[in-house]
Amino acid sequence: MAKIDFKDDSAIVIIGSGAGGGTLAHELTRRGIKVVLLEAGKRQSLEAFSQVPGEAFGQLTWLDTRTPFGQLTWLDTRTQSGNWGVARDFPSLPVWHCKTVGGTTVHWTASAPRLQPWELRAKSTYGKLAGASLIDWPISYDELEKFYVIAERRMGVTRRNDMPGLPASNNFKVMHAGAKKLGYKQVHTGHMAINSRSYDGRGFCIQQGFCVQGCKMGAKWSTLYTEIPDAQATGNLDLRIESTATKIEHGTDGRVNAVVYRDERGQEQRQKARLVCVAGNAIETARLLLLSESSKYPQGLANSSGQVGRNYCHQITGFVWGIFDKPVYSWRGATLAGVVEDEVVNDPRRGFVGGYRIELLALDLPTLPLVGLPYGWGRDFASIMESYRNLAGMFINGEDLPRSDNRITLNSNVKDAYGLPVANVHVDEHSNDQAMRKHAQGQMSRMYDAIGAKRVVLGPTPPATHNLCTARMSADPRDGVTNPWGQTHDIKNLFISDGSVLTTPGAANPTLTIVALALRQAEYISQQIKAGNI
Amino acid sequence: MDEGTIHRRDFLKTTTGLLTGMVVAGSPLGLIAPGRAWAVDLTAFTSSEAATLMAAARTIAPHDKLDDAAYALVVQAVDSDATKDGNTRKILREGLSRLGAEFIKATETDRVAALKKVESSEFFQTVRRKTLQVLYASPIAYAYFGYEGEAFSKGGYVLRGFNDLRWLPEVPLEDSGPVPM
Repeated sequence: MAKIDFKDDSAIVIIGSGAGGGTLAHELTRRGIKVVLLEAGKRQSLEAFSQVPGEAFGQLTWLDTRTPFGQLTWLDTRTQSGNWGVARDFPSLPVWHCKTVGGTTVHWTASAPRLQPWELRAKSTYGKLAGASLIDWPISYDELEKFYVIAERRMGVTRRNDMPGLPASNNFKVMHAGAKKLGYKQVHTGHMAINSRSYDGRGFCIQQGFCVQGCKMGAKWSTLYTEIPDAQATGNLDLRIESTATKIEHGTDGRVNAVVYRDERGQEQRQKARLVCVAGNAIETARLLLLSESSKYPQGLANSSGQVGRNYCHQITGFVWGIFDKPVYSWRGATLAGVVEDEVVNDPRRGFVGGYRIELLALDLPTLPLVGLPYGWGRDFASIMESYRNLAGMFINGEDLPRSDNRITLNSNVKDAYGLPVANVHVDEHSNDQAMRKHAQGQMSRMYDAIGAKRVVLGPTPPATHNLCTARMSADPRDGVTNPWGQTHDIKNLFISDGSVLTTPGAANPTLTIVALALRQAEYISQQIKAGNI
Repeated sequence: MDEGTIHRRDFLKTTTGLLTGMVVAGSPLGLIAPGRAWAVDLTAFTSSEAATLMAAARTIAPHDKLDDAAYALVVQAVDSDATKDGNTRKILREGLSRLGAEFIKATETDRVAALKKVESSEFFQTVRRKTLQVLYASPIAYAYFGYEGEAFSKGGYVLRGFNDLRWLPEVPLEDSGPVPM
């Protein structure tokens, strides 16, 4: 691994090691470019991932009440506001992403579908909608598709190229049977970045059911054990863990030239940089740009448009559980390996614009009552839990509409460990979002009813895991933060490299798109450096 | 009850009470540890407060055949939180006191009514949250609800029933994929 001097201003600094930052680090280092990769979290490993929330059987000293996600989750304080259900049901955890080497690719469920061509033309397709800040993507689907193909091969996505689909689990058998009764055609085990056979030096999925806790087989693609070790092998990567960026600095010419961060001992460090790429997940990316305000950039970096932190999208979610009179054992097997894609269309006759996916889902026993079920207690609540063996699950992943005031701001009333304002997440759902969720939960209920469910339970909206669009790509610099390569409109050597740059969210789980855009950005940065433009 | 087990314990000076019980033979846990006595040292609550708390947990998440030992873990966790934080302790003790000594002996209908009255209080929400967090995370609960938990050391579920459902049609291969083993 490279050791890059703090004063070495020839290196690129990437902030965040997830899908965007980890992929970008590999792509740049393999082209011979030196990279300092800052990651706020610690490094875990396949061996360290835990599937045991409690202690040994038979004792009565189990004090360990942390969730199985404690070792991975970004648990720094956030505040939130707005009318969305998350503010009511999960007040202290508006969003759920990771703080660990590999970022959210460690806990993602590995669903890797593509956006549809028309989803990149959201404003043209949906028309002008009151209360929404829609724009079209500044790149075409054909352009994006080239990088989807590379990303799918890189990640070993199933049902693409020669990677077979994953086998059908019990939970998927229930979904499939219900979907077919309703006449759905596109029902399969999904395009998953999970090895259905050994691939890329990693083993195949043994259906553990612990995708979210970190795949102990490494069958699920994660930058933790793919892109990052590959980048380290080039000799050009300096990975610094437990290093939290607090400010990006610039020179009198307006170009960024250093990143200030706190190291593993809490000491402030300053790394010089020729170019900075921010990939801290859409909440922290926006926060860092806003925290980096200066006399030259009083609204924060790359924010002359005022768009940094705005248009926050998180995709529409919501659980539906079917209780049957026979066992399902839904926890056995790859958590999300099943999808119905027929509703990924824009058909305003349904009462809303945009599309949604119906995706398979299961929750382990400890997590179900905390995240998956509506608020409740007493006999009715307990009766659902009593049916755990016979419970099948699904959820919706749909396109939400960007709104200018759904945004990440700095909350100066609440400070983090370094005395810096925390992020506030504000979401007021658009009526379109609510109509879509209602339609989707209705369809999912009908699927379960059609095959004889004893009861269908609609769950809450869980903390957002798909954090998007807070520094969106736009053709017009007034509408967004970056150009089609994630290069900020305002500062040529400042790039955004995570889900923040998605112009609109679409109905596809975002990681594949984030990886495709990172691959494309790496190519662009490399070309621009060669051409002497940055 | 195996009183000797308890008497031999070294009590901490800070111990405020004790909650005891015995794993019932025939319960899911009983298959593993039948007749085994358990005891929870309390450092914030009295024995009587702990008994009220246990009754509250049983009312919030009533699983009649789930052993008391599972609910004792909830009591232990709440007691631990109350020991660590004075404000939490105050809220909980006041709340338990308001439920009163008769709460334990009341019918379920009356216990539900008593909790409904305080449902919006911080006391109730704290107890509810902790009950849900702790009750379903213990090996006792795993056994009771049939959840198999940790899977890696047993080779996942690929050969242990991830696709053993037979009461619905099989999925055609074109919509799924081959089992890799």
